[in-house]
Amino acid sequence: MFTGFMTNTWIVATLVAIAAGMVGFFVVLRRAAFAAHVLPLGAFPGAAAASLLGVSELAGIVVFSGLGVLGISQLQRWDRREVATALWLAVALALGTLFLSMTSEYAQGVYALLFGEVLGVSSRDLGAVAVLSAITIAMTALLFRPLLLDSLSPELAEAAGAASRSLELAFLAVLALATAMALPVVGALMVFSLMVGPASAARLLTDRPRLALALTIMLSLATVWGSIALSYLSDWPVGFFVGALAGLAYAAGRLGVARQGR
Amino acid sequence: MYPLELIVPPGFLANEPVRTALIVGAGAAIVSAVVGVFTVMRGQSFAGHALADVSSAGGSAAFLLGISPLLGFLGVAALAAGAMEWADVRDARERDLVTGVMLGVGLGVTALLLYLGTIQGSTSGAAIAVLFGSMFTIPASIVPLAIGVAGVALVAIAVIYRPLLLSSLSADLAQARGARVRRTGLVHALALALAVSLAAMTVGAILSTALLIGPAAAALRFADRPGRALAWAVAIGWAATWGGILLAYDSFYWTPGHGWPVSFFIVALIFIAYLLAGLARWRPRQPALRRPA
Repeated sequence: MFTGFMTNTWIVATLVAIAAGMVGFFVVLRRAAFAAHVLPLGAFPGAAAASLLGVSELAGIVVFSGLGVLGISQLQRWDRREVATALWLAVALALGTLFLSMTSEYAQGVYALLFGEVLGVSSRDLGAVAVLSAITIAMTALLFRPLLLDSLSPELAEAAGAASRSLELAFLAVLALATAMALPVVGALMVFSLMVGPASAARLLTDRPRLALALTIMLSLATVWGSIALSYLSDWPVGFFVGALAGLAYAAGRLGVARQGR
Repeated sequence: MYPLELIVPPGFLANEPVRTALIVGAGAAIVSAVVGVFTVMRGQSFAGHALADVSSAGGSAAFLLGISPLLGFLGVAALAAGAMEWADVRDARERDLVTGVMLGVGLGVTALLLYLGTIQGSTSGAAIAVLFGSMFTIPASIVPLAIGVAGVALVAIAVIYRPLLLSSLSADLAQARGARVRRTGLVHALALALAVSLAAMTVGAILSTALLIGPAAAALRFADRPGRALAWAVAIGWAATWGGILLAYDSFYWTPGHGWPVSFFIVALIFIAYLLAGLARWRPRQPALRRPA
């Protein structure tokens, strides 16, 4: 389980877990679970487009993540946040359906992009993921204080000189970056579970932001490592275990809260 | 040659799969539009989308077990809707997260079921069929069941129309006037489950969000009364669905031997309607129907 080609898998998964955990902390704080679901899902047509044009899959995903950020923030000027998010999702997926219909032998590729293919990470992917995750982690650290302030009290953040609108854009950009990094590895649908599950469980366990962030990353790592091990042993898709373990973490947090009677 | 034949190609209406697609598609579009207006007003777009995705787990299970896909979609969607409404009652602030976590679990189960399906070897394209829908492959035998589902959802909405409208605009006001907010919410959630399952069957689990949110959001951009918003949403959704089916059928002639997907055309038409609705909103004030974001 720890030899040869699996080494890459463990390294990449660890990087993804840390970055997704850090971003997920803010996803939960800002109640942006829908955006965290839509950006990865809306980025996967990029991969289909890339295969159509014969360019690198990662480039297509990055471009479509960026388009998603622009699309959602533009639609947000016209409508409520979640309506804007839903509309972008529809548009992106319609394009994805069109691209998919133009390539004939892509069914297996779709499955991998949606549900992940963590067990087959090449050394070339490894470099790209490492760079992207370093940028994501650095940006999250940089934005930590203003984002925290803005999420807890928009008025206070405004007074401190940080405009809510540009922070929302910055937040979406970080989310998109984490998406682009994690998508080819754990799949569009599982990036989302990884962002929401551990962070919402951690938030139930503590009120202190820094402790919650640390807990989120720990839970995220545990989820990813556990999922890979179980997937390796059982041959079942890794996406199933990520979803199930993230759900379990949240359920456990809920139970803990109920016990404390908070 | 009649001028109409330039738009509606000969043989279009005589084609059995096309007729089935037109009937089931119209049913899904109408129900989704009606329910969607309330879903958008109540700020539950995420829940609506999550239900569609979670119900695809039911669709995959149906594939695996060989039972009617609509029953699979429907059963799981109803379960999930009930669970979300329950969580909402317990703690409204948690709704976004509970929805998210449940969506994650549902998608995980979908992944597993699809994987087990491909191992059995029968359904290699199941992932695509379940997620993206396949309008021209709907069996004609499903029509009565689909119409029944659509009818039940519409009747449910009609029965609770007034309290639902009131509680969607202001839950506090509805409570103060003695409306049963919780029961209304639950009925709406179940109607949402019915609408979403039907749409998931036709345009696919993922794109059913377009039918649910798109026409409603477009109508609410310029309609200033609930009744008009409902009528416009139905008109937009219905027109987009039939237009999309027609264009997809026509597209077989544009690019020989290869049609463009129906879902693409339907969403494109809905999105154009949404953009046009923004132009049509000439009034200086925000429409009164929508709560501030």
